[in-house]
Amino acid sequence: MKKFVIAGLFVALLLAGVVSHFASGSPDGLDHAAREGCTFNADDEITGGTCMAQREQEHQLADSPFADYGIKGIDNEFLSTGLSGVAGVLLTFAIGGGLFWLLRRRSPAGGTH
Amino acid sequence: MDDVRAMHIANGIINGPVSAIFILIAVAGLAVCVRRAKVDLDDRLAPMAGLVAAFIFAVQMLNFQVLPGVSGHLLGGTLAVILVGPWVGALCVATVLLVQALVFADGGLTAIGLNITNMALIGTAAAYLLVALLLRVLPRTVGSLGTTALIASVIGVVVASLGFVAEYALGGTTELSLGGVAATMAGVHTLIGIGEGLIAATTVVTVAKVRPDLVYALRAFRKQPTVAKTGVTA
Repeated sequence: MKKFVIAGLFVALLLAGVVSHFASGSPDGLDHAAREGCTFNADDEITGGTCMAQREQEHQLADSPFADYGIKGIDNEFLSTGLSGVAGVLLTFAIGGGLFWLLRRRSPAGGTH
Repeated sequence: MDDVRAMHIANGIINGPVSAIFILIAVAGLAVCVRRAKVDLDDRLAPMAGLVAAFIFAVQMLNFQVLPGVSGHLLGGTLAVILVGPWVGALCVATVLLVQALVFADGGLTAIGLNITNMALIGTAAAYLLVALLLRVLPRTVGSLGTTALIASVIGVVVASLGFVAEYALGGTTELSLGGVAATMAGVHTLIGIGEGLIAATTVVTVAKVRPDLVYALRAFRKQPTVAKTGVTA
C-alpha cells in the first residue's frame, strides 16, 4: 500500500510540476461559455457585446500567494506554475488524506499500523 | 499563454441568493457523504482516497485542447467513484475544489456551493450510476472497466455542466438565452467528457492491472460468484 501511494504521488507531482507547463492556455469549457457573446481585444479585455464574463467579480483571495496557480515573487513561469502545482498536490494529499484517515473505521486492536 | 487559467465558476455570474442556497445544498450533500464515507473508509481506503484527491488536483491543471481556442480539463468524478466509491469519491472532488478556491483563488468563495454541487455531487452521482449499471452488465474484463470509465465520464461531465445551466436559469446575472447557454455548455462538455474519459480509463485500467484490490468498483460489483451463494449473510 505504502509503495503504491508513493508511486501514485510521484506521478501526480510529475503531472502538476512538469507536465502542467504544456497544458493548453485556452479558456476551458465553462470560461468559453462565459465569454460567448462578447468581443475581446488583444489584452483579453471585453470590448463589447453581452456575456456572463462581464459580471464576473474578482476572487476574494486574488492576492493569495498561490493565486492562479503561480507563486508570488517567482517570475519564471515554468517554476512558478510547477512549484505551485507541487504545493497543491502535497497540500491536497495532506488535507484529503488527513481527513479520510480521521474518518476511517478503526481496525481492531493489533492492526498493522 | 501557458499559465494555468482559472477554471471554475467565478463570483458574480450567479446571483447572491442562489449562490447561498447552493452553499446550503453543498453542505447538506457533503454531510451525507461524510456519514456514508465513514462506513467505507478503512486503513486501506483512507490513504488511497488522499492519493485520488491529490491526483485529481494534478490532472485538473492539465487543460487539453478540445476546439480551436477552447480547452477542457478533468473534473475527476468518474475516476474517483471507480477507485474509492461514490461517497468518498465525492469528498475527494470536494477537497480539491476547496483547496483550489481557498489557496489558488480558483472558483469564487461565493460560488463554492455551485462548484461543489455540480462537480462533486451531481457529476459524481451521474458517473456512479453509470458505473454501477455498466459493471453489472458488461463482461468481466479490464477492457470493460475502461469502456465504463469512458462512458461514465462523458455522461458525468455533461450532467455537471447542465448543473451550471440550471443554476444560471435560477440566478444568472446576465440575460442570455438559456437554450444558447445549454447548447454551448453541453456541446463543449461532451468533447471534454471524452477527454476526461480517456484519462479516467487509462488511470483505472492501470490501477486495475497493478493492484485490482484497490479498485472500489471491482470490489463492489465483481464479487466472486463463489462467495455469493444465497443464504449466506454477512
